[in-house]
Amino acid sequence: MLDNIEILVQAPVITLDLVLNGLLLGAIFALAAYGMALVWGVMNIINIAQGEFVILGGYVAVVMAAYGIHPLIAVPVAALLLYAIGWALYRTVIFRIVDRDLFTSILATFGISIVLQQLMNTIFGGNVRIADAGLGTVFLMNGMVSLAQVKLLAFALAAVLGSTLVVFLKRSRLGQAIRATAQHPRAARVLGIDTDRVYAATYGLNAAICGACGALVAMAYTVHPYIGLPYTIRSFMIVVVAGLGNLAGVIAAGLGLGAAENVAGFVFGTQYQLAFVFLLLVVVLVWRNRRLARKRGYLK
Amino acid sequence: MSKSRRPLLGHLAILAIGIAAPLVFPAWQSQMAELWLFIVFALTWDLVGGQMGYNSFGNVVFLGVGMYACVVTQVGLFYQVSAYNDARGGGATIFTFDPRQYFEGLAIGLPVGAVLAALTAAFLGSLVLGMRGHYFAICTLGLGVAAGELANGWEWIGAGSGMVPPNPPGAIGDLSRFYYYLAFALAIVTFLGLRWLYTTRFRFAINAIRDNEDKAEAMGLRTTQIKTTAWVIAAFFLGIAGGILGNLKRFIDPIDTAFAGATFGVWMVLMAVLGGKGTLWGPVIGAILFQVFKEASWTYLLGWQRVALGLLIVLIVVFFPQGIMGFLRERFPAWFGHRVEGVKDMDAVEETKAR
Repeated sequence: MLDNIEILVQAPVITLDLVLNGLLLGAIFALAAYGMALVWGVMNIINIAQGEFVILGGYVAVVMAAYGIHPLIAVPVAALLLYAIGWALYRTVIFRIVDRDLFTSILATFGISIVLQQLMNTIFGGNVRIADAGLGTVFLMNGMVSLAQVKLLAFALAAVLGSTLVVFLKRSRLGQAIRATAQHPRAARVLGIDTDRVYAATYGLNAAICGACGALVAMAYTVHPYIGLPYTIRSFMIVVVAGLGNLAGVIAAGLGLGAAENVAGFVFGTQYQLAFVFLLLVVVLVWRNRRLARKRGYLK
Repeated sequence: MSKSRRPLLGHLAILAIGIAAPLVFPAWQSQMAELWLFIVFALTWDLVGGQMGYNSFGNVVFLGVGMYACVVTQVGLFYQVSAYNDARGGGATIFTFDPRQYFEGLAIGLPVGAVLAALTAAFLGSLVLGMRGHYFAICTLGLGVAAGELANGWEWIGAGSGMVPPNPPGAIGDLSRFYYYLAFALAIVTFLGLRWLYTTRFRFAINAIRDNEDKAEAMGLRTTQIKTTAWVIAAFFLGIAGGILGNLKRFIDPIDTAFAGATFGVWMVLMAVLGGKGTLWGPVIGAILFQVFKEASWTYLLGWQRVALGLLIVLIVVFFPQGIMGFLRERFPAWFGHRVEGVKDMDAVEETKAR
C-alpha cells in the first residue's frame, strides 16, 4: 500500500491518469445520483433498487450488442424500457408505500432490488458482461495517460442527458408539476395536479435515467447481476454529501467520488475498492452526523 | 407485557419439544438447529429494530465477527492460524484436535466471539447510532457489505476461499446433535434474557426512543448510550450464534456464511417483521414460519429461491407490515390485556393499531 502511494508521488502522471479516468466514471455516478435525489425529494422514498435499474439498463445494451446493434442506440432504448419498468413498478408496488414511513419504503425497494438482481442472474447468467462499442483509445502525454474513447463518449452523453433533464424539469409542464409536488404535494393537488400521475412519472423518469446510465456503464465498464448495490450506495452517498436539490453539489460530489474511488482502488488494491466505497459511506454519514450534532449542541 | 397465567405449561411443552425433536426427527436436525439460531437472529434484531425503532441491515457484522473470532480462537489456541488456513486443500500438515483441545477451544472460542462482537457493537454504535432513521439503516447496510469485503480480502483468516472450523476428533464422532442442543440452549437463554430485559425500565427507555427520540432526550434519557447498550446486547447473543453457526455449517465463506447480508441479514429483518415488530413472541413465530416456508419451498424453487424471497419481502412489507402479532392484537385486543370498553382503553387500542 505504501509502495503504491510512493509510485503515485513519484510519477504524478499516473495519478493524473487515475484521476481523469475516475472523473469520467464519476459523471455516470452523478447522473444516477441525480435520479435518486429526484425520487427522494419528490416522493420521499430512498430507492434501494437504484443500482439494479442501472445494471438492468446495462443488460439492455449487452443484449442489443449481442444482436449486432450498436450500443449507442441502446442508450435511448434502455431509457424507454426502464421508464416502462419503473412506471409498472410504481403502479404495482411503489404507490402503496409513498406516504408510509421510510423503513417501509427502504425495505420494499430492497425487496424489489433482490427480485431484479436474481431475475437478472437467472436470465443473463452470472458472468461479467460488456457491450463492445468498438472505439479506440486516446493517448495523452506521450501515452502515459490513456483514456478510452468510449469513456469520453459516456462522459459526454452523461453531461448531455443531465443538462436535458435539468431543462426538462425547469421548463416543461410535467417538470413544473414534479417540482410543485416536491414542494408541497397537498397544495399541488389543490391546484389540480394529479400527484399520483406525477409520482408515476417521477419514478419512471428515475428508472429511465438509471437505464441510460446503465447502457453507458455496459459500454465503458462492465455489468454483472450483483454489482447493483454499490451504485445505490454511491448515489446515496453523493446525495447525502450534496444535499437534496443541489445540482452543482451532485456533479461535484459525483466526479469527486469517481476520482477518489479510482485512486483508492490503485492504492489499496482493486480487491478492496468495493470495501472502500462502503466504508466511505460510513465515514460520510458519521461526518454528517458530527456536523449535525454540533449544530444541535443545546440538546446535549 | 402480557401477564398470562398459563405460561408454565406452554413453556414446559416447548422445552420438551425442543429436547425431543432431534431424537424423533433426526433427519431434520440441522434445519431445526438452524431454526433455533434464526430465532436468536430475529429476537436480537427486534430488540434494536422493533423495540427501539432503529432498523439495522448490518447486524450480520456481529454474526460474522462472532463466527470468525470463535473459529480463529479454536484454531489459534493450538496452531498458527495462518499456517492452518494455508494448509487448506491438502497441505503437508494435518491439523488434528483431540477431544480436550476441541472442547477447550469451543468453550473459550464462543465467549471470545460474543465479547468481540459486543465490543464491535460498542465501537460502531458510538459512531453510527447518533444517526436517525434511514441514515442509520443505509449506514448499517454499508457496514455489513464492507465487513464482508474486508474479510474477503484478509489472507490471515483465509480471505475469499473461506475458513474451515476445526474437525471434531474422530473419537467423539458426529457433533451435530451437540450443536443442536447448544443452539437450542442459546435460543432459550436469549429469549429469557430479553423477556427479563423487557420487564425492566430499559424497555420503556428504548420504546420511548422509538416513539419520539427528541422527547426521550428532553426527558433526560441518555439516548446514544441506551441505543448503544441495546445494540451491544443484540451483538453479544449474535456473536455466540455466529460461533455455533460456523461450527454447524462446517465451512465459513466470508460473504455467504459470515457476513451474509443477502441471506441471514435480510432474513432476520423479514422474520421479525413477519412475526410482528416490537413484540416478544413475534420474532419467534416469524422465525418458525419463515424456516418452515424456506425448507418446504426451497427445493421446489430451485434457482428462484431468492426471487421468491424478494417477492416475500415486498408482499409482507407492503401488505402485512404489522406482522402476525400486530394482526392478532388488532383483531383480538382482549388477548393482549386491552379492554375494548371505555374511552381510555379505546385510545390504547387505537394506538396499537396505528403502530
